[in-house]
Amino acid sequence: MKKNSILIVDDEASVRDSLYNWFLEDGFEVSCAENASKALNMLDNQRFDIILADIKMPGMDGLEMLRRIKQIIPDAVVIVITAFATVDTAVQALKDGAFDYVTKPFDPDDLSHLIRNALKQITLSTENESLRSLVVDLENVEDIIGESEPVKQMLTEVEHVAQSNASVIITGESGTGKELIAKAIHSNSSRRFFPLVSVHCGALTESLLESELFGHEKGAFTGAVYNRKGRFEMADNGTIFLDEIATISTKMQVELLRVLESKTFVRVGGHKTISSDFRVICATNRDLKKMVQEGSFREDLYYRLNVVNIRVPPLRERKDDIPLLVNYFIEKYCTSMSRSKVGMDKTAMKRLQEYDFPGNVRELENIIERAIVVGNGKEIRLKDLPLSKEVSTNKIESLDELERQHIVNILGKYSWNISRTAKALSIDRVTLYNKIKKYDLKQND
Amino acid sequence: MVPSQNIKLVSFGIPEKGLLDKIAKSVMKAFNRSVTVKEARLELGQYFDGQRRQYNADQLIQMVEDHYASEQHKTIGLFQIDLFIPILTYIFGQAYLNGQTAVASSYRLGNERYGILKNTNQLSDRFAKEVIHELGHAFGLVHCHTPYCVMQASTYVEDIDLKKADFCAKCKALLKNKNS
Repeated sequence: MKKNSILIVDDEASVRDSLYNWFLEDGFEVSCAENASKALNMLDNQRFDIILADIKMPGMDGLEMLRRIKQIIPDAVVIVITAFATVDTAVQALKDGAFDYVTKPFDPDDLSHLIRNALKQITLSTENESLRSLVVDLENVEDIIGESEPVKQMLTEVEHVAQSNASVIITGESGTGKELIAKAIHSNSSRRFFPLVSVHCGALTESLLESELFGHEKGAFTGAVYNRKGRFEMADNGTIFLDEIATISTKMQVELLRVLESKTFVRVGGHKTISSDFRVICATNRDLKKMVQEGSFREDLYYRLNVVNIRVPPLRERKDDIPLLVNYFIEKYCTSMSRSKVGMDKTAMKRLQEYDFPGNVRELENIIERAIVVGNGKEIRLKDLPLSKEVSTNKIESLDELERQHIVNILGKYSWNISRTAKALSIDRVTLYNKIKKYDLKQND
Repeated sequence: MVPSQNIKLVSFGIPEKGLLDKIAKSVMKAFNRSVTVKEARLELGQYFDGQRRQYNADQLIQMVEDHYASEQHKTIGLFQIDLFIPILTYIFGQAYLNGQTAVASSYRLGNERYGILKNTNQLSDRFAKEVIHELGHAFGLVHCHTPYCVMQASTYVEDIDLKKADFCAKCKALLKNKNS
């Protein structure tokens, strides 16, 4: 892929060096000039995607340089750097065609945002997005393993929905990989240069969720020494992924609806209204429509979120993918444990394909990781799999009961050690406590 | 097989040995290379900028390069002071791209600076990710747009929390190619 190029024009060597390193790390092809004349000479021979120039320079100043650049290259993206005292000059620069300006020294975040916005403009003006979408393969879907029909169908939906800006609800049982789907949608959308921000709503109390989503101002309460961005603000120009959306309180549903409608909010302790342009992707393992009928989820919020619905199939509906997944997890864990790749005994594989996996892909992953740890280092055998009982005695029909039973089993396995159990279940401790409360589990049950 | 160029963490005044051990372990896991930890003493006054009340990271990385770097290692200096470079208000760390040296600081990574309860686990997670990120630059990796990849640019602590302490498949492959 071609690198983006940037020309830095500043008479201070320390500023040039700082910016040079910063943009190299950001993957740019970087050139520097210590004055405007040298920069104009360089522009005669080479085209730069972005020109970042100080206004105050000896000889020809940045404003004069900007005017000359705009005469030669009208669509050049020029960002001017100015000191606090010269904001008027910056305004003049914008009138003269600068893309934006930044006052120095600047926050890394401001610089980062500015450059991303500039890149977005360049990308949009050089690419015909609709044509491009017809020929480009899906990116960043390496972790979605499967070649079965349900997976292919789901990836086609992902491809289509990624091109739009519509809100998406991803539904599917626990452990099916809903977050991976959110990642795939984001990575294939025009928002891919900006962050994908995840919020696990189920793991946060109402007040914590509010502060997480909206952020707070410096001095908002004792100890708030710096400003803290909320997740909505972090997701500006990108995507916010709200996992376990069904768990949010009625009050938060109202707040969320308001933010989704206006795309504006105020930080805790702040007065300034902040705008943020984000796309929303939600996930849940609950039946939201049923919750709407029961009155526990707002209908208006449901319809705002549920523009597109993608269902992630449970593993039992795509058992053909189990060998591929097994191979993927063997490779993953053998590499991370610095071991030689182990094989898979045929009987053990057959047993895995017979099993219903109430915990879905996550459960399969845990099983393989465990089997590599306890196994003989050559191949995974039937006795390395903790499945024998479940396959023959599994009479449970309801998903909740399955989840309950699985949690009871794993809690028992780790003697009710919450941290180890949560780790084994690949959920956080708060979620585990919530589930223990939900199913009214007691240690001596 | 463990590749030849290993990693050296040089601690400048980080008192918690547990924190250093945890970082070393995470770095070892991410790069699959041996990691050594060295403790060093340094008079920091000469790197302090009185006007900004911060420490100059450009000068500190050069000091680490001059006194602690070697061809056999990628070396990162670990600090707990507020770092800046002339054009930016602060940085968490920086590296010489494809070079031998990097620096990182835990100063702005603690919850307590943002009015939230201190959380030592979160601090060590963030610091480990930052160290892996800067070392990734030293190994020649640039910022990555893949969600959750440790090479994603982070300008706020919350950005760091969004990442994993590991490379995405693409960066892993690049890392492998650069060293083969």
